Amino acid sequence: MLLVTAVIKPFKLDEVKDALKQLGVAGMTATEVRGFGRQGGHTETYRGAEYRIDFVPKVELQLVVDDGAVDAVVDAIRTAAATGQIGDGKIWVTPVERLVRIRTGEEGPAAI
Amino acid sequence: MTDTGDTAWVLISAALVLFMTPGLAFFYGGMVRSRHVLAMLMQNIFAMGIISVIWSAVGYSLAFGGDGALIGNLSHAFLSGADGTSGTIPTMAFVAFQMMFAVITPALITGATADRLRFASYAVLIAVWALIVYVPVARWVWNPNGWIFSMGALDFAGGAAIHINAGIAALAVVLVIGNRRGHGTEAMPPHNLPFTVLGTGILWFGWIGFNAGSALAANGIAAQAVVNTHLAAAAGMLGWLAIERKKAGHATTLGAASGAVAGLVAITPCAGFVGGASPLIIGGGAGIICYLALGLKSRFSFDDSLDVIAVHLVGGLVGTILLGFFADTGVNADGADGVLFGGGVELLIDQTVAAVAVLAYSFIVTFVIAKVIDRLMGLRVDPVDEAMGLDQSQHSESAYQP
Repeated sequence: MLLVTAVIKPFKLDEVKDALKQLGVAGMTATEVRGFGRQGGHTETYRGAEYRIDFVPKVELQLVVDDGAVDAVVDAIRTAAATGQIGDGKIWVTPVERLVRIRTGEEGPAAI
Repeated sequence: MTDTGDTAWVLISAALVLFMTPGLAFFYGGMVRSRHVLAMLMQNIFAMGIISVIWSAVGYSLAFGGDGALIGNLSHAFLSGADGTSGTIPTMAFVAFQMMFAVITPALITGATADRLRFASYAVLIAVWALIVYVPVARWVWNPNGWIFSMGALDFAGGAAIHINAGIAALAVVLVIGNRRGHGTEAMPPHNLPFTVLGTGILWFGWIGFNAGSALAANGIAAQAVVNTHLAAAAGMLGWLAIERKKAGHATTLGAASGAVAGLVAITPCAGFVGGASPLIIGGGAGIICYLALGLKSRFSFDDSLDVIAVHLVGGLVGTILLGFFADTGVNADGADGVLFGGGVELLIDQTVAAVAVLAYSFIVTFVIAKVIDRLMGLRVDPVDEAMGLDQSQHSESAYQP
């Protein structure tokens, strides 16, 4: 089992979700986060005073997948989240030691 | 003999002016950071509580009782004997209308001192300020016995008595309490500009009563004041946006709101004394000049947090001085003629003397009041309370639940 984490542009969330649902992914968690990378921030001006906004809004998506499904999931996220502009985000994959479905107590891939 | 039309208009105007204080609360509240927004709303609506009580107890009597040139007397304390007639309206209508002016004037100061005043000290500050700064200045400017009034200076609805007065007082208090922690190093952008735009709409609406109600009659001068007030706000918005776009690159919603208020401030002393294109020039000029005045606070590094000085003090000065040029007895026979309407420099000199007198008195007395309160009870919150936010530290509340 693997945890796929993706940080993407907020307005791409629905497209990514739809692409993952088409692959048969049954669930995911989305969190509103702030961050900066090479895109950097932007400036806002209030009454002539310029403010540098370094942290820009992003959405972090997390889902646990079975080992065999990970390539398709990463590809689907990458395709759906890409705009070609700087700031599209990143995807990373980490191993998951244990997974438990709270309602039934099922463990491992059966709990995905 | 009271006139029912005049009475009705002044009573409605009192309600319109009352509505401006919550409007001001939202105008300012949107510009502060989210952990201080309730404190800002509270400081404003609290003025509706404490100043109204003070006004009815002694404020009205000291401002409008007796025949002194500097201060009234206590003959109308607790509004005793205020049940007669003033001109064509019941005296009580005038009491109500003027009470709303007394409420909003100290509330204007809160924009400069945002995010760092102790609530209890603030309560004492505005109570004392209303009595020993606002009341005498209102006397001088609006009571026929007041020395500025009898000198011949004009202030239709409070350019000197309200905007110069509160604006320079704001500077005095800021100099006593110092800057917000993090001022100049930390970004402090407005947390809710929609509030600010909402507040601007309420202020603009209420200002119709503020200025046109000051005619104290439902007549042609009141109608002229409605048109002047609205046109100055419109031109102020355009002036501010034009220079803002040229200097900073964008026309902003905060700029539109600020420019409209700058125009409204500047037309306040002039509202019933000018006509024709004058409100467009006064309002548009204020929009541009107040924008340029924003730079004063960085040049002199004082933290006038929400630009009370640039908008109210400078806007009030623009209107008070420009009235010396644009006043026209063709509009209001009880007024005077300015430089551009064949009146020579006499009115301009009177206007300048009035402005300088209010500047000096309000600055010195406010500075002393703030110093004394600071010494006795501390005017400013401690650093931890400031960092935590005034909503939590002063009121034990949060505006927004996570």
